[in-house]
Amino acid sequence: MSILVYAEHDNASLKPVTLNVVAAAKAIAEKAGGEIHVLVAGSGCGAAAEEAAKIEGVAKVLKADSAEYEAKLAENVAPLLVKLAEGYDYLLAPTTTGGRNVLPRAAALLDVQGISDISGVEDADTFVRPIYAGNALATVQSSDAKKLITVRGTAFDAVAAEGGSATVEEVGAEGDAGLSSFVGQELTKSERPELTSARVIVSGGRGMQSGENFAMLERIADKLGAAVGASRAAVDAGFVPNDYQVGQTGKVVAPELYIAVGISGAIQHLAGMKDSKVIVAINKDEEAPMFQVADYGLVADLFQAVPELEAELDKG
Amino acid sequence: MKVLVAVKRVIDAYVKVRVKSDGSGVETQNVKMSMNPFCEIAVEEAVRLKEAGVATEIVAVSCGPQQSQETIRTALAMGADRGILVQSDEALEPLGIAKLLKAVVDKEQPELVLLGKQAVDNDFGQTGQMLSALLGWSQATYASKIEKADGELTVTREIDGGLETVKVKLPAIVTADLRLNEPRYASLPNIMKAKKKPIDALTPDELGVDVAPRLSVLKVAEPPARQAGVKVGSVAELVDKLKNEAKVI
Repeated sequence: MSILVYAEHDNASLKPVTLNVVAAAKAIAEKAGGEIHVLVAGSGCGAAAEEAAKIEGVAKVLKADSAEYEAKLAENVAPLLVKLAEGYDYLLAPTTTGGRNVLPRAAALLDVQGISDISGVEDADTFVRPIYAGNALATVQSSDAKKLITVRGTAFDAVAAEGGSATVEEVGAEGDAGLSSFVGQELTKSERPELTSARVIVSGGRGMQSGENFAMLERIADKLGAAVGASRAAVDAGFVPNDYQVGQTGKVVAPELYIAVGISGAIQHLAGMKDSKVIVAINKDEEAPMFQVADYGLVADLFQAVPELEAELDKG
Repeated sequence: MKVLVAVKRVIDAYVKVRVKSDGSGVETQNVKMSMNPFCEIAVEEAVRLKEAGVATEIVAVSCGPQQSQETIRTALAMGADRGILVQSDEALEPLGIAKLLKAVVDKEQPELVLLGKQAVDNDFGQTGQMLSALLGWSQATYASKIEKADGELTVTREIDGGLETVKVKLPAIVTADLRLNEPRYASLPNIMKAKKKPIDALTPDELGVDVAPRLSVLKVAEPPARQAGVKVGSVAELVDKLKNEAKVI
């Protein structure tokens, strides 16, 4: 009963969420037994594979290093997963746009119903997953022989990035399916931590009124070592790029501290952040639903409160 | 180019769902049902492709109970030409739906299938990718922009780090993300017209598809409730609480 984890990486390094997926794999291994292996599929991905070999609890790393995996197109990666699945009972990937794109494609080719976004492991074949934007938790039991699963990273505490000494084994590539090609990417460049792994997040909503005003939140974020997020309303209004979005259809986060500024708190937004340890809401509308989940609420005009907050943090 | 668009009937996204007290699921009696918001975006995109002279015919397909006809009617009122209902009273999973849609695609031979990226009831987000796999077609998920050139589509995708552009060969599967477009409201004349548009009815048996579920739902529970906290009177008090009470900064 072995488990294969599909690593998220950019060839040079692993994305931190891989450590959370390995944690979910450990939880499954406690019920079902078996080794945990990690697949690093990419192009020139040796460094990422070496990093994967150091993860605590990983017995083996499979490296599929070939041009057709450079952009991780689902049409090319899914056949590789299908071939490797012969030797595994579980295939795990993070619930990221990368994992969610490829895993269902592989599942259909294997005639398996994938299990999306698990937040808990009950038994070898039984998992908990949020449904209806996290307003309900379903416990589901799979009757498929193989389980293909995406993992909600924030629901599993990351394993240590160091301490393991897995072997790295090369696996052959499956060729280019010739169905699609990569044109380009516009990635948001930021020195701040990634939203999904940040310890603190400062998020802005429609109340911010403009993209320029997000600079206020960025200054707060930099004082706290925080990431900057946003509600759908702020993204739709064009204040910030799409990858800032926290919510049911954006990113799901669970930081130590989530500061929601000018966010009313639609259920779709709450779905993405209500597992945060401490929530702060700053909003001038005291009826805003965000106050119902906030540990600390401040009813105030954000254009006064945020500069005050910055000054207060400067006091040290 | 013939376009097929898949639509799903779900509990309206603005309804607060309630878990049944016996833990068997969520309450659906006397609850407002609507088209899944991402399916609406997919329908809107199909209609815009037709208005731009790119799409020739739009077929709206739904797999689900009899009432899914209403969802198809909504798609017809938005501008789809005709509908197909694959009726099943069983709870369908993405794999089963993908198999049903594949059977419909085999009959209808569209060049493009548009779907929502996920349904907001079960939040699986798998159907489009699965359909693409079963057909052996290309896939572009989380689309925020679609452009057609010779025999292929250029699709901008919303990914975790920003935006990505891919080219996919036709025939293709595209799943719609939030910012692909803003769906229109159907006008009253179009709602009336939609009543006359045909909807064919099929069953999984007629399509030769086994839709038996692979996952059994053992329990549906409320998530642990979050207690509302306290209101603070000033920024200074807030910072003090975060430092000394919550100890997070």
